[in-house]
Amino acid sequence: MKRKHDGSAVNSKLLRRPIQRCFPIFLLPMTAAFCIGFVYPFLKGLFLSFCKFKTTSKWTWIGLDNYVKAIHDSSFVYSFWYTVLFALVTLFLINILAFAVAYVLTQGIKGSNLFRTVFFMPNLIGGIVLGYTWSMIFDGFLGRYGSSIIMSTKWGFWGLVILMCWQQIGYMMIIYIAGLQAVPEDMLEAAKIDGANKWQTLWKVTIPNVMPSITICTFLTLTNSFKLFDQNLALTGGLPFIIQPDGSSIHTTEMLALNIYNTFYSQNASSRGTAQAKAVLFFIMVACIGLIQLRATRKKEVQQ
Amino acid sequence: MKKTIAMLLALVMVFALCACGGSSAPAATQAPAAEAPAEAPAAEGSVYWLNFKPESDQALQELAAMYTEETGVPVKVVTAASGTYNETLTAEMDKSNPPTLFVVGNQAAVDTWGDYCLDLTGTPVTDELNTNEYMLYDADGKLCSIGYCYECYGIIVNKALLAKAGHDISEITNFENLKAVVEDITARKDELGFSAFTSAGMDGSSSWRFTGHVANLEYYYESVDNPDAWKSCPAELTGAYMQNYRNLLDLMFENSTVDRSALAAGGFDANAEFANGEAAFYVNGSWAWNDLQASMKAEDLAMIPYYCGVEGEEKAALNCGTENYWAVNCEADEADIQATLDFMYWLVTNPAASEKAVATFGVMPYKQAAASANPFFVDANNYLAAGNYNLWWATNYQPNVDAYRAALVSAINDYNANPSDATWATVETAFVQGWATQYAAANG
Amino acid sequence: MKSKTLSNEKRAKTMLTLLFTVICLIYVLPVFFVLLNSFKVNTFVKTDTFGWPHGESFAGFDNFIKGMTFGNYPFLKSAFYSLVITLLSTGLILLFTSMAAWYISRVDSLFCRIVYFACVFSMVVPFQMVMFTLSKTADTLRLNTPWTIPIIYLGFGAGLAVFMFTGFVKSIPLEIEEAAAIDGCGPLRTYFSVVLPMLKPTMISVGILEIMWVWNDYLLPYLVLDRTKYMTIPIHIQYLKGSYGTVDLGATMALILTSIIPVVVFYLTCQKHIIKGVAAGAVKG
Repeated sequence: MKRKHDGSAVNSKLLRRPIQRCFPIFLLPMTAAFCIGFVYPFLKGLFLSFCKFKTTSKWTWIGLDNYVKAIHDSSFVYSFWYTVLFALVTLFLINILAFAVAYVLTQGIKGSNLFRTVFFMPNLIGGIVLGYTWSMIFDGFLGRYGSSIIMSTKWGFWGLVILMCWQQIGYMMIIYIAGLQAVPEDMLEAAKIDGANKWQTLWKVTIPNVMPSITICTFLTLTNSFKLFDQNLALTGGLPFIIQPDGSSIHTTEMLALNIYNTFYSQNASSRGTAQAKAVLFFIMVACIGLIQLRATRKKEVQQ
Repeated sequence: MKKTIAMLLALVMVFALCACGGSSAPAATQAPAAEAPAEAPAAEGSVYWLNFKPESDQALQELAAMYTEETGVPVKVVTAASGTYNETLTAEMDKSNPPTLFVVGNQAAVDTWGDYCLDLTGTPVTDELNTNEYMLYDADGKLCSIGYCYECYGIIVNKALLAKAGHDISEITNFENLKAVVEDITARKDELGFSAFTSAGMDGSSSWRFTGHVANLEYYYESVDNPDAWKSCPAELTGAYMQNYRNLLDLMFENSTVDRSALAAGGFDANAEFANGEAAFYVNGSWAWNDLQASMKAEDLAMIPYYCGVEGEEKAALNCGTENYWAVNCEADEADIQATLDFMYWLVTNPAASEKAVATFGVMPYKQAAASANPFFVDANNYLAAGNYNLWWATNYQPNVDAYRAALVSAINDYNANPSDATWATVETAFVQGWATQYAAANG
Repeated sequence: MKSKTLSNEKRAKTMLTLLFTVICLIYVLPVFFVLLNSFKVNTFVKTDTFGWPHGESFAGFDNFIKGMTFGNYPFLKSAFYSLVITLLSTGLILLFTSMAAWYISRVDSLFCRIVYFACVFSMVVPFQMVMFTLSKTADTLRLNTPWTIPIIYLGFGAGLAVFMFTGFVKSIPLEIEEAAAIDGCGPLRTYFSVVLPMLKPTMISVGILEIMWVWNDYLLPYLVLDRTKYMTIPIHIQYLKGSYGTVDLGATMALILTSIIPVVVFYLTCQKHIIKGVAAGAVKG
């Protein structure tokens, strides 16, 4: 939050010219890689979303057809709502739990450091590995009742929620701890002297002071849930399906990213344009969350 | 101006990077060529075979090495993971070194990949074929792909266990008496110490037995009723034989080593169960012999047709056919195409190579190819010699096969968790309407 | 706070410590079950997931041996490529994005602003948006080996790093660099001997975030790498589950455990930096 916004202060004539001459060393490598790894694929992807194509080299322009198809694809619409629901549930669960843990761990109890270490650990494990680990656990449990995580949408949903909580609580906890430690000590003392109890102090002093952390964590959990792929793929892979009367199927635990991936790769090549259109829509959703976040944090900064 | 210079520099940098990356790749492929014997013909092309059967990967790698050693032509064999062949092919075809030899196993694949297929008419390898059965053409009559082997599937029987239970394979001539034998074994499971069927796991590693193979009986009998509709992929099914599909599935699920509700999660080893004598029946194909021959004797094994309660099924034979069709990438370099055609010819004519290939794949329908020692082919031939009808692989028409089967798996899982007419109706929807939907998607 | 040492509060804190000890034990259970099951015979993983391996279900190190040689691709090779890609990518990102960030803040031309804006923009773009075209581009340019894929990571991962570095560079007072320039230091020397040392904390934050991302990434290497020759750990584990005929759960668990161990060791040794880095990274991102 210590960013300065006066662009002129960072500029100096004395430095500027010589640095500018070193453009090929300083800026070029990153920019070139950026063009290869992002700019070109992004623009080409955007372009292809208006085309019918099987491979990137053979395409025909068809305008908005792909978008129309994407919006009318019931599995895509389903994934959208499923993702929204999932994002909201994890948003509340992860943030409340992470805040609670962070709050307790900043009260100076014994073993705080050890606890912090343990809670953070799952973050370092990759999504695929996590997915299979938890599918083993859920199936070991559900197997006793002759079932499996891939048998029911409800289990698939809550299974993924549990997995994500397990993975992310530690991460958010770290951010909350940083926020909590930055709450001015004198304000807490003052509240105590004024006779506020713990509960009042928490609501009136602590929480307003960690609002920046709360904003950050809110958006982090939101975007993480929206972009979730590996865990989704490894835990249920979209199973079970609902077979609709017309024979098409809805993958009931499939989130947006996986839906797009499946449209791209496991269905017929003719759906590739639709998949790219879905990807563009997906990008717009994620970008919107990002923009709202940017505005929210900007506002906070102005207030400070 | 500054910007154009920047862009130019960026380009230079990109090319420099390409050069770095590029130089290592050819070096790797040239290495085997350099070691080749001097008398080998100066070969310029190379072969890249995208294989779709993980279980034959090992043998293919060895065959590739054999060919490289003999001729100096580099042969790269890549195998897609189970259920991901289409996805892998899509990705690989888009690359700078696409496969030169790939599998276009059915009419639907011809429709998708036909543009990339070389017309194989009149090539030496096509002339070696001893039958017209295994050729796929596109709408314009271009010969897109040719079969390199065929296989059979059905129900594998452990005759020794059957005898132990007091039965004989000659008793089994239709669904009625298959069911009687199976249910008798299940009833005395604890006393006998083995089950009727091996586990029927519905995870990706074995669900194809039920959504691909067993499903074939439904398609096949539909095709008998309406042969014209099945000359190419039909747009929709009638579902007339769904009850027969259900008969056989129920028999397999109810009488397996594992409770049917546990099948969804999978993780079972059907092959080990069968090899260890834990079950007398095993739904699989002729290729299972490769895994079984280490622990079982050929005379104890037999393969019987899918008896499912269709009238006249006493005259059924096995399901013989193939998904193993070779297509050559017409967009590959001239030299690579030639190298690929040479490799194919070598594989079906060279005695040592074809012997190894036959041991892996099954029978190769080529004039000079080696004969097979697989007991299941003996059964297949006996049935046909006795005038029984072959259930050709109508399954190969399954539109958008991966998505179609995935939906079917999900529906069957529901059915297994709670077997009832209502849940079976979902299976029917996935099976019949699912076909129409996927057909429309694939051809839309 | 310290002045008040009411026994009440003390007791409450002890209770909390106890409670959290229990919670932490539950928290590590999943990893513990992976450990248990990696020593079990395949069929028991499903039927006796939570039991202690015993008698007939105990497999010893068989699963590990099997896992290492499973399929046609040795696991250690995948692990090696994972390591190569992670180290090279992180190194490349740290060096080039920090240099770019310095250039961007000091030169501050229109072009710089465009680049900076594009970088920030790229942070909100999900991978699915570019995956199809990126894998094609990477292949055309031969960026599909473990030795060249770091360039893709540099490109696709530049956003966050540039953003974080720029944020920090802007807070560095100009006087130091100006003094260096007056003393006759060229930009290169100024950067490496003056700016770089000051960037160290941000370097660590960015480095940690990139390592965590690249090491665990599945989809990007899966789509970009030449899968015929190279795999990474996540790809390898995904392959095991998709293998044909049977899935050996015991061996899969053994490999999952082997892939977790280096991560845990890394975590425990650099814990302080990791936690600091994450906190810093999150505040910016």
